Order: sequence, then C-alpha cells, then structure tokens
Amino acid sequence: MRNSGKLRWTLKGPLALGLVLLLGGCVKNASQDTLKAHGSIARLQNSLFIPVFWIAVGVFVLVGGLVGVCIVKFRARSEDEAPRQIHGHTKAEIAWTIMPAILLASIAIPTVKFVFDLNKFPKNAITVNVVGHRWWWQMDYTKPDDVNQTDFTTATEMHIPVKQQVIVTLTSVDVIHNFWVPELAGKLYAIPGRHNKLVIEADTPGTYYGQCAEYCGTSHSNMRLRVIADTPDQYAAWVTAQEAPAAQPVVSTSPDTTTTTPGVTAAPTEASLAATGANVFKSAGCAGCHAISGISDGVVGPNLTHFKSRSVFAGAIFQNDDNNLRLWLANPPAQKPGSVMPNLHLTSDQINQLIAYLDTLR
Amino acid sequence: MAIVLEPPPSTTAPDADKHAGTPAGTPFLRRPHSSEGFWSWVTTVDHKRLGIMYTATGFAFFLLGGIEALLIRLQLARPNGHILSANQYNQVFTMHGTTMVFLVIMPVSVGFANYLVPLQIGARDVAFPRLNAFSYWLFLFGGIFLYSSFLFGGAPNGGWFGYAPNTSIPGYLPGRGSDFWVFGLLLLGIASTAGAVNIVVTTLNMRAPGMTLLKMPIFSWMSLIAQFLTVFAMPVITVALFLVMFDRNFGANFFNPAAGGDPVLWQNLFWLFGHPEVYILILPAMGMVSEVLPVFARKPLFGYPVMVFSGIAIGFMGWGVWIHHMFAVGLGPVAVSAFSVSTMFIAVPTGVKIFNWIGTLWGGSLRLTTPMLFAIGFIVMFTIGGLSGVTHSLSPSDRQQTDTYYVVAHFHYVLFGGSMFGIFGAIYYWFPKAFGRMLNEKLGKIHFWLTFIGFNLTFGPMHILGLQGMPRRIYTYDKSLHLGFWNMVSTVGAFIIMVSLLVCIYNIFVVTPRSPRVSADPWDARTLEWSIPSPPPEYNFAEIPTVHSLDDYWHRKYTEDDEGRLVRLPNYEAVRASSDTNVAAPGQHIHMPSPSYFPIVCSFGLVVAAYGMIMGHTNGANYLVSVVGILITIGGLYAWGLEPSAEPPEEHDGEHGGENAPPQPAHLGASGGTMALDAPSTAALPPGETHEGGTES
Amino acid sequence: MATTTTPEVLDESPGENPAEHGMSPVTNTGVSNEKLAMWSFLGSECLLFGALISTYFLYRGRSLTGPTPKNIYDIPYTSISSFVLLMSSLTMVLALAAIQRGDHRRLRLWLTATALLGTVFIGGQVYEFTSFIHEGLTMRTNLFGSSFFVLTGFHGVHVTLGIMMLLSLVLMSARGRLPQSKVQVVEIIGLYWHFVDVVWIVIFTVVYLIPSPVAHSTRPLQIR
Repeated sequence: MRNSGKLRWTLKGPLALGLVLLLGGCVKNASQDTLKAHGSIARLQNSLFIPVFWIAVGVFVLVGGLVGVCIVKFRARSEDEAPRQIHGHTKAEIAWTIMPAILLASIAIPTVKFVFDLNKFPKNAITVNVVGHRWWWQMDYTKPDDVNQTDFTTATEMHIPVKQQVIVTLTSVDVIHNFWVPELAGKLYAIPGRHNKLVIEADTPGTYYGQCAEYCGTSHSNMRLRVIADTPDQYAAWVTAQEAPAAQPVVSTSPDTTTTTPGVTAAPTEASLAATGANVFKSAGCAGCHAISGISDGVVGPNLTHFKSRSVFAGAIFQNDDNNLRLWLANPPAQKPGSVMPNLHLTSDQINQLIAYLDTLR
Repeated sequence: MAIVLEPPPSTTAPDADKHAGTPAGTPFLRRPHSSEGFWSWVTTVDHKRLGIMYTATGFAFFLLGGIEALLIRLQLARPNGHILSANQYNQVFTMHGTTMVFLVIMPVSVGFANYLVPLQIGARDVAFPRLNAFSYWLFLFGGIFLYSSFLFGGAPNGGWFGYAPNTSIPGYLPGRGSDFWVFGLLLLGIASTAGAVNIVVTTLNMRAPGMTLLKMPIFSWMSLIAQFLTVFAMPVITVALFLVMFDRNFGANFFNPAAGGDPVLWQNLFWLFGHPEVYILILPAMGMVSEVLPVFARKPLFGYPVMVFSGIAIGFMGWGVWIHHMFAVGLGPVAVSAFSVSTMFIAVPTGVKIFNWIGTLWGGSLRLTTPMLFAIGFIVMFTIGGLSGVTHSLSPSDRQQTDTYYVVAHFHYVLFGGSMFGIFGAIYYWFPKAFGRMLNEKLGKIHFWLTFIGFNLTFGPMHILGLQGMPRRIYTYDKSLHLGFWNMVSTVGAFIIMVSLLVCIYNIFVVTPRSPRVSADPWDARTLEWSIPSPPPEYNFAEIPTVHSLDDYWHRKYTEDDEGRLVRLPNYEAVRASSDTNVAAPGQHIHMPSPSYFPIVCSFGLVVAAYGMIMGHTNGANYLVSVVGILITIGGLYAWGLEPSAEPPEEHDGEHGGENAPPQPAHLGASGGTMALDAPSTAALPPGETHEGGTES
Repeated sequence: MATTTTPEVLDESPGENPAEHGMSPVTNTGVSNEKLAMWSFLGSECLLFGALISTYFLYRGRSLTGPTPKNIYDIPYTSISSFVLLMSSLTMVLALAAIQRGDHRRLRLWLTATALLGTVFIGGQVYEFTSFIHEGLTMRTNLFGSSFFVLTGFHGVHVTLGIMMLLSLVLMSARGRLPQSKVQVVEIIGLYWHFVDVVWIVIFTVVYLIPSPVAHSTRPLQIR
C-alpha cells in the first residue's frame, strides 16, 4: 500500500509534466481541425461545444479532486480503524441529483435552440446536390433560378463563394456516406433514398479538407474531398468555366487523324495524342462510366468534363498530375483498394494518349 | 430462429417417470457422471464452473480482441501505414468491436453473474442449470463460429454496427464476412437471451429467506437490471439481423433503397438494441465496483437504495436515448432535440452513482489493494467517459464529434476505463473466492498502474485526434492531416496495456498457483459468498442462510456503536473461522443437478444450422445442412426434456413426480432407471433440498 | 415482491426441478421458476414481434411496385382462419381446466383439438402464401412482400412450434406421463399458445384490417 502511494506520485509528476510538454510543443496544424472554425456553422457548433467542454473539465476536476482527497485523507493508517458507518445522506443525495439536473437543463436550452437554428436554410442560396459514391463525391451544381435542374457536375473538389451560405443536399447512390468538412460545418449523412440538407459557409478564401465520415466499405479512408472558398469574382469565373462544354479534341481539324483511325504513327503532337486519347476514352470502356459533355454520359464514375480544373482526383487522394494519372490508369485497384474502376489493362501508349486527352479537359 | 429454438423453459424439468425406465439405457447418450476431468467440464451444469468457463473464455477472446487492437494501433501509428491492407484492416476493426462487446464484456459480466449471483443470494445453483450450460456452449461456439470466418474467405468487415445497405446488399463488402457476422450474432443472441432469462428468474425467485430485494447485494441488483435489458434488447437486434439475413440470403428488400427500403430502419433497430446494450455492458461493472469500494473503505455503500434506484432509472432511460447515435442521420429537429435532452438527463442517475461512490470512500479507512485501485480507477475513468458522453448529447456540436476518434475515446473510457477496470477489479477481488488463492498483490499493482498509464496514453489522445478531424474506421490517414504524433502516442500506450496484460497473465498462471491458500474471507468482506469456503463446495451452502439485513455477513462480524463507529462483535474471529468450515456434515447428502450432454448437443446443432445457412448462400441445396442442425437441436431438446435435471436416489418413489415435466414424447422415455444407478453420490435432488434430501437418500 | 421468510419454504424452491413432493414449488415471487421464465421469454417475444410489426407498419404503402395488399388480400378467408386460431385459445383453456379436474381423457381431447385448430390455421397460411406467390407476390417482389412474408412467417413458425409442444403433451398424457401434479406444464404451454394467439390478433389488425396508405410514394418517407 505504501509502495503504491509512492508509485502513484512518482509516476504522476513526470506524467503530468510530459503531457504539458506534449500539449505545448507538438500539436501541429491539423488540416481538418474541428476547433478551428472557418465558417458560421462550424462556429455555431463550437460555441456550444467549447463552453460545455470546459464545464465538463470543471466537473472532472471536482470529481477527481474529491477522489484524490479521499485517497490522501482517508487512507487506512492501521488495520483496525473503525470509521463511522455512514449509510447515506438523503439531503446530500438529493443535492447531487438536483444540481447536475439543473446544470444539464441549462445546457439543454441552448442545445435545443441550436438544433432549430441548424435547421434554418437560407432562401435563394446556391444549392449543390452532393451525391456519395463508393468512394468519391459527386457535386451537381443547380441552376441559380431552378434548384431542380443541374447546371453542371463536378466531383471531389467543390467551389463555394466566400462569406455566403451554400446549401448542400446529400444523397447516395450506394451505401451510406457522411459529408464532413470540419472547418466549415459538422457532418451529415448521405443516405440512398433520402435527401438531407446542410448549410456550409466559409469566412475566408482557401482550401478546406473534408472526408467521408461514415464507414462505407473498403476504401472509406480514401473518400476525401476539398471545398475551395473563392472570392465572388473567382467563383463566378469558375462557374462560367464549368458551365462551358468540354474541350473538343482537335481531330476534326486535323486531316490525317480522324476519329475512325486511331492508330496514328506520325510523330504525335500533344494535340494528336489528345485526339487519339479521346478515341481511347470512347473505345476502351471509359465512356461507359464517365461523362464528358458532348462525348459520353456515364454516371458510374466522376464527370470528367473539366477534369483538369481539379487539383486532385480519385477521392482527393492523389494530386492531379501526369505521374499519378499514369499509375492510376495502369491499375486503379492497386492505387485505391476496392476501387470500382477496374484495371482496363491499357497499354502505356493508350495511357499516354488518355493523359494527353484528359489534359485538355480544363 | 433466435427465439423459437430456445428450449421452452418447461422442458427442463425432471421426468416424473424415470423410475419406470428399464436398464435398456439412454436413447442418445449415457448420462455423464464424473466430477473431474475433461468430460466433467464439458457436461457440467454447476453455475460456478460455468461462471469460470464464461470468464476464462471471455478472457481468451479479450486477448484475441487485444491482438486486433494492437494491429489497429500498429497500422495507424504513422500516416499511410502498410501493416494491413484496407480490407484486412476493416476485418480487424470489425472483429475488434464485435469481439469486445459480444465475446468479452457481455460474457464476462454474465460469467461473474453466473458465479456470484447464486452465492450472493444464498442459492445452490441457478434456476435452470442445464439452460445455463447451453448458454455457455452456444456462446463459445458462436465465438468460434465468428472467428472461423477468417478461414472461410474473410472475417466480417462491415463494422460492429453493420450499417445497411453496406452489409445487407451482397457485393458491397468483399467476402462472406457479413454472413458470418449475422449468424454469429444471432447465435450469441440466443445464448445471451437464454442466459439472461436464467439469471433473471434465479435472482427474482431463489433468494435466501429474508433477503428482500432491498437486502440483495448491489452486484446482484445491477446484474439483474443488465439481464433484464438483455432479455428485452436482444430480440430487437435479432429482428434486425433476420431482416439483413432475408435481404442477403433470400433477396428481400428491407434495406434495399432501389425498392424503397430505408437503411435508417436498420440504424433505428440496431441502436434501439445498441443503447440498452451499452448499459448491459456497464451496469454489471458498476455493481462490481459497488461491492469492492465498501469492503476496502470499511464503510457501507453510500445510499444503497439510491444506487439501486439509479440503476433501475438507467435501465429504463437507456431505452429512450438511442437517437444520439444518429445525430448526423438528418432526422427532424424535434426528434433530435428530444433525444438530446433525454441523453443529457440519463447523466443524472449516472452522476448520482459517481457521487455516491465518493460518498462511500469519504470518511472511510481505505485499503488500496489491487481491486480497490481498479475500482477507484473506474470512478475516475468512467467519469471522463460520462462527461464526454454529455458533450455528445449536444446534438448540434455532436455533428462535429460523432464518427470521429472523439467518440472512440469516449466509449473506450466507458467500456475499458469503466467496464474493463471494473472487471479487472472484480477478478482480483473474487479470485480468492473462486480458486482459494490470492492473486499476487505486488504484480496486481504493477498491472493496475501499467493499465492505468497505458490506457490513458492510448485513449486520452484520441479525444484530441477526434477534435482534430480524424474520422473513425479509417485504415489510413494522410500526412497532410498532421495526425501522426498523437496516433504514435496512442500506439505506444496500447503496447503498455499489452505489457500490463502480460503481467496479469504471469500473475494468474505462474505466480498465483504457487502462493499459499487463503481463508474463506480474506478481505474481511460483507456479502454471503464470503461466508462459505474458498473455493465454495459444489452445493455452495451446507445450510441455506437466513438473511436479516443488507450485507448480512458483515453484520455477523460487526456492529456500530452509538456514534456509528464500526465495532467488532465478540464472535468476529469465530464467524470468520466458521466460514472455512461451512460445509455439509459427513453423511449429509445435498443433491445437486446432474451433468448433462444435451446442452452442448443442442448448441452444437444450432452452430451446424448457422454454417448451413452460410453455405446455402452459395448453393441452395446446402440449406439441408441447416435442417440437419435444427434436427440435432430438436433431438437434443427432447432428450434434454426426458432427462431429469437431477438424478434421483435409487429408491426414489416415482409417484412423486416433478411438477413441470416437459412436453416430451413418451417413446423416448425409458431412460431414467439406469441413469439413477449412474448417479453421482451427491446427485439426486435439486439444489435447495438439504436435510430433507439427505433423509430421502 | 413477496419474500418468503422461512427456510423450510424456500428449501422447496430448487432449481429447474421443483421439489418432488407433488406440491407446487414456492419461490420468492410465488411464481414458479418455469412460469417466470416463460413470462420473461414472452416479454422478450413481445419486443421481437414489436420490432417485426413496426417494420411492417413503417413500410406500409411504400412499395415501389405492386402487388399491393389491396390487390391481394382475401380478408374473409383470413378472418376465418384467424377465428380458427382464436378458437384454439378456448380449447386450450378447456384443456387446462380438464387437467385441473384430473380428467385426462378430456385433457387429451382438448389438447388435440387445440393442435388441430392450430394446424388448420397453419394450413390456411400455407395456402395463402402459395396463392400470393401465384399472384406474383414473393419476398423479392417489393417491400410489402418482404415485410409481409417475414412477419407472418415468423408467427407461423411460432404456431408450428406450439403445435409440436401440444402434440408432445398429448403423447405424454397418453403414456400416463402427465399426471395431474404436472398441471403447470399445460399451463405454461398454454401461456405460450395464448401469447401466439394474441400476437396474431395484433398482426391481423395491423396487416389486414388497417388499410394501407394508398399513395405509393416514389421516395422513402423523410422525417423533416
């Protein structure tokens, strides 16, 4: 017993010291930090959590302190101590029933208020229909004048104008996913057959990381996304660019390469490579799953109309550069476990052609 | 299937006409009668042996679940870990959760209830000893069944919560793991329901004379509440699992969005089970702690009635909070508000318990033994878990914390810092009762401190990780998230826990067997189980005690003076010494239920049926295997019903038939007579037949 | 909670087998272990059927394709088979009364009648299932098919098990192995039987009688 007492204090001291050091020195700038709110919704959520968190810390200090006092003060000094036998104390018990109840009631009031606050949706806000897929996010931007019509579709990386509330409606085509951009707003499920509504807002321009937060199968960890908050001008420019049709391959202007003769042997220029790539896209099976406006309308994989306008791909786990694309096209499931996109056994020529083509889709 | 295949309780009664049997022998299996050796353990119906088997099996699964935990921590120690593949990781975290909930904390709690409730309430056995054995074997087989999935194409990988449609539509998850998960949990559900009915009936019906409900030891009380919750919660998940099974095996549409099915129904059913389940996991540990604290504080439990009623309140309120697992589902504001508030207020009875425990410590004379250290550790760690639980009740902000490591931290503080600390304390506390030897205290304290430090290092940082945006159930995370440091700390902590467990195992298996034997009452304890030798004789009590007060045994040793101070009674030493010799007098026969093969046969049939269902998934003809399994179980049930619970003494008069013979076909009934000849010397009449039984034989 | 105070009384409240003195076992609650176990089992069963009925109820009118209950139910037919099942509760009561009087012949008669009525009900259910399948409703067809077959199927399995238990009782009685002292066995199985009947009343009401919402929404209900 005595030993354990010594042990207790000799261990606790360094432990506490160590923890303080760790807390002071090692916390890095986490890029999905819920405590660093960058928008009104996340701030509202933190304004509830943080005070209650400190109240909880206070209660813990009280409980832990009382236990500590007991251990120090009421430690058996001899084997034969005869403590007073207290069977209970009605008043004390009533007190520590009622006091927590009052405390909880006082946090219940703002909680209920905030629940309803979070269910208020701005009128005439930009509305983005976000659809969860295994394992990437599809974003359908609705027309400003009609939220029932899709203006354009993108994936993985969504843009929003800064300081403006944007409505995100959520659904899924397969399993349940969970849309979460911690610095902007708390998470909400994307459930097949249901349509949930979430408001996000960013205070400052920048890139905000997010990811799927509900286990959705093999590559759940690889279902990330980015929200890019633009200035209004940047955002308008981005929308215009996205609304534009896909860049057409230059084949029609080139007399010696037509869409029906893909095997070009002349020194391939970027343009002709891209044109061949467009054919590969159609013939190798890509078009069955991926949509490119004017070329194909597959809905299984991400819409690639403006693929190169995005900085990341494959659920935001890879930078959108040639090297990563090459690895990806060679064998998607090897890059992203369980990937729905199969290995199409493309030749390296075909891959280069596809990369050249994708490079035009800006 | 889960429910209907349970043996009707009435089938467990003795056979009235056993005397009529001819020496032709039993139709299936000869009645076992050895009291030692391997087969005696296989066929035992002794609640103490079964309690030890439950706990030991649960401990073995705890080590498996612990290995899985270490794999998880190794994988996550650094960003972009490569120890496991994505699919392997998903299997491991699913099995870790499923194991720890269904194969560790639940059965270990049931194991303790099995061992202790009859001892604490002054009974000779549980109400249905063979049903008890059936529950145990089905639990063991169910666990083995689940783990056998690793050999047959991959373990379950849909998470312990198995959200539909991920689990319900074949093809979303690789492998056949979800089938194993569904049928494994169905088997375990039957096992726990049968076990729970047994403990409920035992506690309500078999208390010693004088032991009113409010004189019943607190552990028995908390077990009773937990088992009530099991009785009512298990059918809900049984239905949910059946719906998934019909979706997977027979193309039903319950969770198929393409046919209009709603995946949220699964969540409602699962958490309607799942939240009471949380209290099934924590209430027994609360009871254990409430037994340990008074003994080592040398004070009665502060506010015993309040402790009982807060437990009951938790049991009821536990049914009204399940939506707090679903705050991110997108339910309407009214539902979310209501469940936020109900979740906050379930903290009230929990808080009352914490303050009452402190009240128990306050003014006491604290002996900081290993059980006491774990009990105090429980109070502090559980408080952290409870308080982070309150932050989860803030539904608007919980949208940030839910599905992150903050939740992982929260429920590990509740289930490890709470339930497991309580269970460890209970192991140290009751080990001398069960095995007659004290676990080594020095190693025990090392175990505690390593666990305490390792636990906090492992799970403390998870609060930070969650708040810094680390979602749950991810097999990898990118360096750009800057989560590496705290993950590494957490992994180091996990290995400290591993070392602490090795110390514990070394203590139990190497050091303690060589330590001297202890008396019946080594801790100077309070409840009836300490009034009989360590380990207790098969019949527990030579004479069923008459109870006069709460902590009856304590009041035989102590009284209070006018100021309420503790005073030893003059016969203090005599009472303690007599506990060691509290055995049946020579010549006194106490008839105990006889061992039986049929519980294990019945549970085996159900496992065969479960394998058949999995094989049927690939080829419909394989469902015949299930039919065979069901027939084995039904046959076992009939044989079980025909076999008397306890072998009669040879000259037993058959006209005095038992009251509750089973619905059994007469053609199988010619077995009793031989079995009577085989009856072990002490076996004949049921527990509770003391002197009368003796005169009869 | 009644608590007995004399050791003698309690010593007759053993484990799974009551005292072999031909007396009703006395326990703390005054209810025998077996009966209490049946009650808690039935409590558990309430939640089982509660969850199944809730599932059916939740999915009413939400099938995306037919056939719908309106197309397919034959209410008069099912009412008759429900009536048959209800009558079996009456015969069960008569069986219990018979053994309480010590009239073993009548006991067997009424038990057989109960089992027979149960069998008629099950036969009716088999016929109903078959005709539904012929009309194009299977478990795979739509939400209605899934929830209907699973709910009523679960109930049918319960009735079937009940019939097996009743027939076992008849056989036992015929072999003279069900003396009057074992009246409680009949009582406990009767409890189970009545429970299964009561559950059918609820199912019949919810599934057959309460009309399902007409509109077939194209999208699952959203709580908002």
